[in-house]
Amino acid sequence: MMKRYIIAVYVENKSGVLTRVTSMFTRRGFNIDTLTVGATERDEYSRITVTLDGDENTCVQLVNQLKKLYVVKRVEVLDSDPIKRELMLLKVKNDAKNRSDIMTAVDVFRANVIDYSTDGMCIEVTGNPSKIDAFIKLMQPFGIIEMCRTGVVALERGASTLFD
Amino acid sequence: MKLTGAEIIVRTLIEQGVTDVFGYPGGQIINVYDALYKYRDEINHVLTAHEQGASHAADGYSRATGKVGVCIATSGPGATNLVTGIATAMLDSIPLVAITGNVPCSLIGKDSFQEIDITGVTMPITKHNYFVSDVNELADIIREAFQIAKSGRPGPVLIDVPKDVQIATCEYEQKPVVEKIPLPKANDEIIARAVELINSSSRPYIYIGGGAAGLGLGKDILSLAEKIDGCIGCSFMGLSAIPNDAIGAERFLGMQGMHGHYASSMSQNEADVILGIGVRFSDRATGNLKKFAKNSKIIQIDPDQSEINKNVPVEIGIVGDVYDAVMQILNGCEKKERPEWRARVEELKTQEQNFEKEFEEKSNGRLTPKKVFDIINANKPSAMITATDVGQHQMWAAQYSTFDRPRRFVSSGGLGTMGFGLGAAIGSYVATGDATLLVTGDGSFGMNLNELATAVAYNIPVVIVLFNNSVLGMVRQWQTLFFGKRYSNTVLTDRRTDFVKLAEAFGAVGLRATTPNEFESAYKRAITLNRPVVIDTVIDKDEFVLPMLPPGGAIDDIIVKVEK
Repeated sequence: MMKRYIIAVYVENKSGVLTRVTSMFTRRGFNIDTLTVGATERDEYSRITVTLDGDENTCVQLVNQLKKLYVVKRVEVLDSDPIKRELMLLKVKNDAKNRSDIMTAVDVFRANVIDYSTDGMCIEVTGNPSKIDAFIKLMQPFGIIEMCRTGVVALERGASTLFD
Repeated sequence: MKLTGAEIIVRTLIEQGVTDVFGYPGGQIINVYDALYKYRDEINHVLTAHEQGASHAADGYSRATGKVGVCIATSGPGATNLVTGIATAMLDSIPLVAITGNVPCSLIGKDSFQEIDITGVTMPITKHNYFVSDVNELADIIREAFQIAKSGRPGPVLIDVPKDVQIATCEYEQKPVVEKIPLPKANDEIIARAVELINSSSRPYIYIGGGAAGLGLGKDILSLAEKIDGCIGCSFMGLSAIPNDAIGAERFLGMQGMHGHYASSMSQNEADVILGIGVRFSDRATGNLKKFAKNSKIIQIDPDQSEINKNVPVEIGIVGDVYDAVMQILNGCEKKERPEWRARVEELKTQEQNFEKEFEEKSNGRLTPKKVFDIINANKPSAMITATDVGQHQMWAAQYSTFDRPRRFVSSGGLGTMGFGLGAAIGSYVATGDATLLVTGDGSFGMNLNELATAVAYNIPVVIVLFNNSVLGMVRQWQTLFFGKRYSNTVLTDRRTDFVKLAEAFGAVGLRATTPNEFESAYKRAITLNRPVVIDTVIDKDEFVLPMLPPGGAIDDIIVKVEK
């Protein structure tokens, strides 16, 4: 059964580590949907968050292959309902006809306009990936000029950590 | 004690118990070679003809002993020449440490002379690799590399050391040999489940692979087979685990799979429980996965978690210490007679023997590959190592060779590296001093025959049986069977290489055999000469490796004879 998995990976915070992880994905033919990497509560580690659309066997294989990399210190498939956030910057056409509709959407989605000119505006949206998807859909009729999404970062609920 | 990086490399190798290394000098590794000169009484360096030969020699050294093989090369082309050898070791889980020089840190990334990003190149074909930028980390990196290479599922590790790090100095303190990281022992619950499944089976088949071959488990596996009245087969990499002359060895049916023994493949297909020990169920072993072993439940024991369920779905996966798991299962299983299964296996064995008899009768006394191995087996010095290249000769060696102890079969299974054999045979001999046979073909031998120079220089008495059919036989076999006999680029007759003269030109001995009698006398002479000998063994270009499961085929598609 196909499902979306979110996998958190603690890796050594050293140069070349991301290459090792992504090169393994390429070599083994894993089709990754999103991948983010950044600092963690511990200086010596970075945290990679991977989302994967696949069946359970693919997910287990991915985890087991990750565990074989010496730079990988911890791998966890997050439970079904972790806290997920994604950030998007989106540039949309700005004209008199649509301006108020765009501003209403920005308001409802609790997004921010971070750059404004007479012919375009740049909007920042944060939230669940589904919220971002919905916002994109809403903006499409107005003319999306450019956009970029960060990919998902996720933490499990409660006070536990991956090292517990 | 303050030492240079180059001295630290050599001292740490010695500290880790390394007595022999294989390599080739060059500009960016010259400091290490200077250190090898300094410590030449404590460590032996074998100069090969080509870095690829050094990597295969280190690999053969490891296969024959279980020790970590070490090879050394310079930057750039020296390093890339190791790549095939490293990949060969990776695919067969052979512990190797490869050390390469590189340009000084200040020149890294500038496309300098002989600069290559070898850690980038080898990332997917090493267990792990290192670029050392600080001499203070060098000794510990080498120690860690040895630990990684030999722990868990073994594999190759590469250490790239820029020249300025080789020149820089720091304190060196000798440390003990690093131990393998112990594997977890299987818990009682999972062993109990495996034992229960085996006890309840009526047709058990024990299937051993490379993960079992080097552990010295042969007798225990035979005891297990005896206890459960089952049979044993192996993957290509599992060969030589079961000594042919051991008590109960008749339960061992040999290799299964694409070119496996008929009885071994058939009984695996008919088994209701397969106990896989250190096998990865590769495509060459299974054929069409949708049809593989459909009648059986599989128990898989492996040190590598990612192998469980990777290629075939298994009923029970046991991850951890293979030796311990086998011993626990051996102790746990109940002794039980399974006469029907035994009779069926016997029946299959008889069928196999009949195919062979029929083939033998049709051979009209010509020098067939089977005949060559009959002669070799009948005149085999004890502990003889059989190294091979890749192709038809390799499969014949796998089918017909006898082994009197483990680690006597040195051959590239996973990667299938033509040109592997001679380097590997040299490494095996350096490691053991035991009689060494190289079985090769005129195609494979052509790839790395330059290592004859090495064999001569170090007086390595390797007996080289070169199956010479003037074609690339394995590809030709496929062309005959599946490509309408369109022999595209597999005919070598225009080469006109005289392998006897070639051997003599290298300073080795060259002999030729075209009949069984000639081969017998040449072989018997070769094993007494104590020098490298090439026996140009002329065979028909249309000898087949049989049986054969066509690629992607299933057991029902097995080809046992070809009418010419």
